[in-house]
Amino acid sequence: MMDTFAALAHGMAVAIQPMNLLYALIGVFLGTAVGVLPGIGPALTVALLLPVTYKLDPGGSLIMFAGIYYGGMYGGSTTAILINTPGESASMATALEGNKMAKAGRGGPALATSAIGSFVAGTIATIGLAFLAPWLVDFAVRFGPEDYFALMCVAFVTVSATFGDSPIRGLTSLFVGLTLGLVGIDKLTGQARLAFGIPELLDGVEVTTLAVGLFAVGEALYVASRRHHTEEKLEPVRGSLWMTKEDWKRSWKPWLRGTMFGFPIGALPAGGAEIPTFLSYSTEKRLTKHPEEFGKGAIEGVAGPEAANNASAAGTLVPLLTLGLPTSATAAMMLAGFQQYGLNPGPLLFAERPDLVWGLIASLFIANCMLLVLNLPLVGLWVRLLAIPQPWLYAGILVFATMGTIAAKPSVVELSMLAGFGVLGFLMRRFDFPIAPVVVGLILGPIAESQLRRALAISLGDPMALVQSPISATLLALALIALLAPFVLKGLGRFKANED
Amino acid sequence: MTPGDPAQPLRRVDRAGIVIAMLLAALAAVLVWDARDLQSTAMYGMGPEAMPVLVATGLALLAIGNFIDALRGNLPARESADPVPVILILIGLALLIAIIGFGGGFILATSALFVTTSAAFGRRAVLVDSIIAIVMSTLIYLAFDRLLTLSLPTGPLERML
Repeated sequence: MMDTFAALAHGMAVAIQPMNLLYALIGVFLGTAVGVLPGIGPALTVALLLPVTYKLDPGGSLIMFAGIYYGGMYGGSTTAILINTPGESASMATALEGNKMAKAGRGGPALATSAIGSFVAGTIATIGLAFLAPWLVDFAVRFGPEDYFALMCVAFVTVSATFGDSPIRGLTSLFVGLTLGLVGIDKLTGQARLAFGIPELLDGVEVTTLAVGLFAVGEALYVASRRHHTEEKLEPVRGSLWMTKEDWKRSWKPWLRGTMFGFPIGALPAGGAEIPTFLSYSTEKRLTKHPEEFGKGAIEGVAGPEAANNASAAGTLVPLLTLGLPTSATAAMMLAGFQQYGLNPGPLLFAERPDLVWGLIASLFIANCMLLVLNLPLVGLWVRLLAIPQPWLYAGILVFATMGTIAAKPSVVELSMLAGFGVLGFLMRRFDFPIAPVVVGLILGPIAESQLRRALAISLGDPMALVQSPISATLLALALIALLAPFVLKGLGRFKANED
Repeated sequence: MTPGDPAQPLRRVDRAGIVIAMLLAALAAVLVWDARDLQSTAMYGMGPEAMPVLVATGLALLAIGNFIDALRGNLPARESADPVPVILILIGLALLIAIIGFGGGFILATSALFVTTSAAFGRRAVLVDSIIAIVMSTLIYLAFDRLLTLSLPTGPLERML
């Protein structure tokens, strides 16, 4: 316990160096500015802004990342409230009530409760992260390769199959990602796989190219293809920005309850903030003293899910930092950020670079405070960003998206891959395949493979080694349950439907 | 997404779904074909060919799953899509790649993408957009080149700066 305080204090000392504070401020500002653009969620915000951090040292860049991460989340909720286009499914619950509030002229309090709720939830969840992480690290150092492999199987299944709409489509996305992860030189034997003689492919598929292609280019193509369907309407922020006493009274409990849903679920390798946000939404709907307002703009319906969303975002950093396990698209992009410096999050990083890890955690606190101070006064600026005409907005997004690739690797092959992933992202949106599992598959696939091969090499090729360790046996059983559960439940549902 | 109601007549086979299933099967075949040339040098455990075969098996199973879903018409409903803007943006991306490939430089390449995308989203003021695009990409170029010292591809326009 005392160790955590000492480590955190050390991290604070790193984070409040003037340069690092400046990085955090730039991160928060850029993150909000990009995150506020319609259709851009936090994952894409991080992916788009990765090239900005190329020239920084790892410490400064990760601190900027912390700011971008929280800034992107906050920007996303502003968009959800003011134009009802949640950039990601985790903001859907916020859009539900928040946009109604904005329509009723209560956009200011909606933005305020979401900002303060995010702050409260983010702060509590980051404290949770600081105390849970060392404990998990102690546990994780005992993990052998077979345990890591089993853990990744759990992540694969939960991210793609258990919580999506259709396990088959989720798993399809995951396997497309795993296929992409195979491309390049095999690290153990030096043989090229799926490179088809193209030298650029020997290094493998770049995570940022994939993410930017799928998210940014794919989204632009998708929105362009269905432009004739929807008309986006920006709600002006009318009236007071501040919350009344009544608003405060109705908000604080949902904030805390949302945090209680968000953090534990985010910290489990279960992936996604959808579940906690919707759990929080339905809980608030049940507990409210003003049930008649739900569906018409109830402040509890913004406060709770928004807190849950932020708390789960901090929660996903627990498996990311302690185990190197990304369970959401945003966490996957954060991992890509670590990897560009050759850093691998996990128990070792806590031991080898405590300044970096704890500096990052401390920066999360600082980014949170900065957001609270920056965002409400700057809301006018964010609203103006939202008012950019759609043609210029998407043209600008595409220029920005390709710019990252051009700056990193200005080759025809890399840019063609970006365009190709864009088409893939478009088709996946059109045919309703989830996107995050592709990114997670690309990042975790090669790690899972090397852990599996290491485990089998140690056991002299005996596959029973995978189930002989109690940790890995438990985890594999969990993965199997998580894989079969949706099919079984669906079958039960069908059975019931037939009985009616 | 709702479970099939047995009283309802058979739903239409989803052709796009069949194509997706076939693509997945083809991808699985490519994986196995590619893995054929890999030599397993590992004394114990699995060689480099094992994982591709494992992934290919998964893809093949998923191809079957998607095929069944398509036959049952189990895919979520789709709204109509307008192909023209999509093609326009793809032309923009192709232009960008060609200009970079032939050494036309960053400014011209991104301007081409900007103008085509803007047109895809319904704007017809090509001239105004071109000016905006060139000014914006020049500023981005300068910011990257001078402030971040990241080198972007140079062409005739960049050399004049």
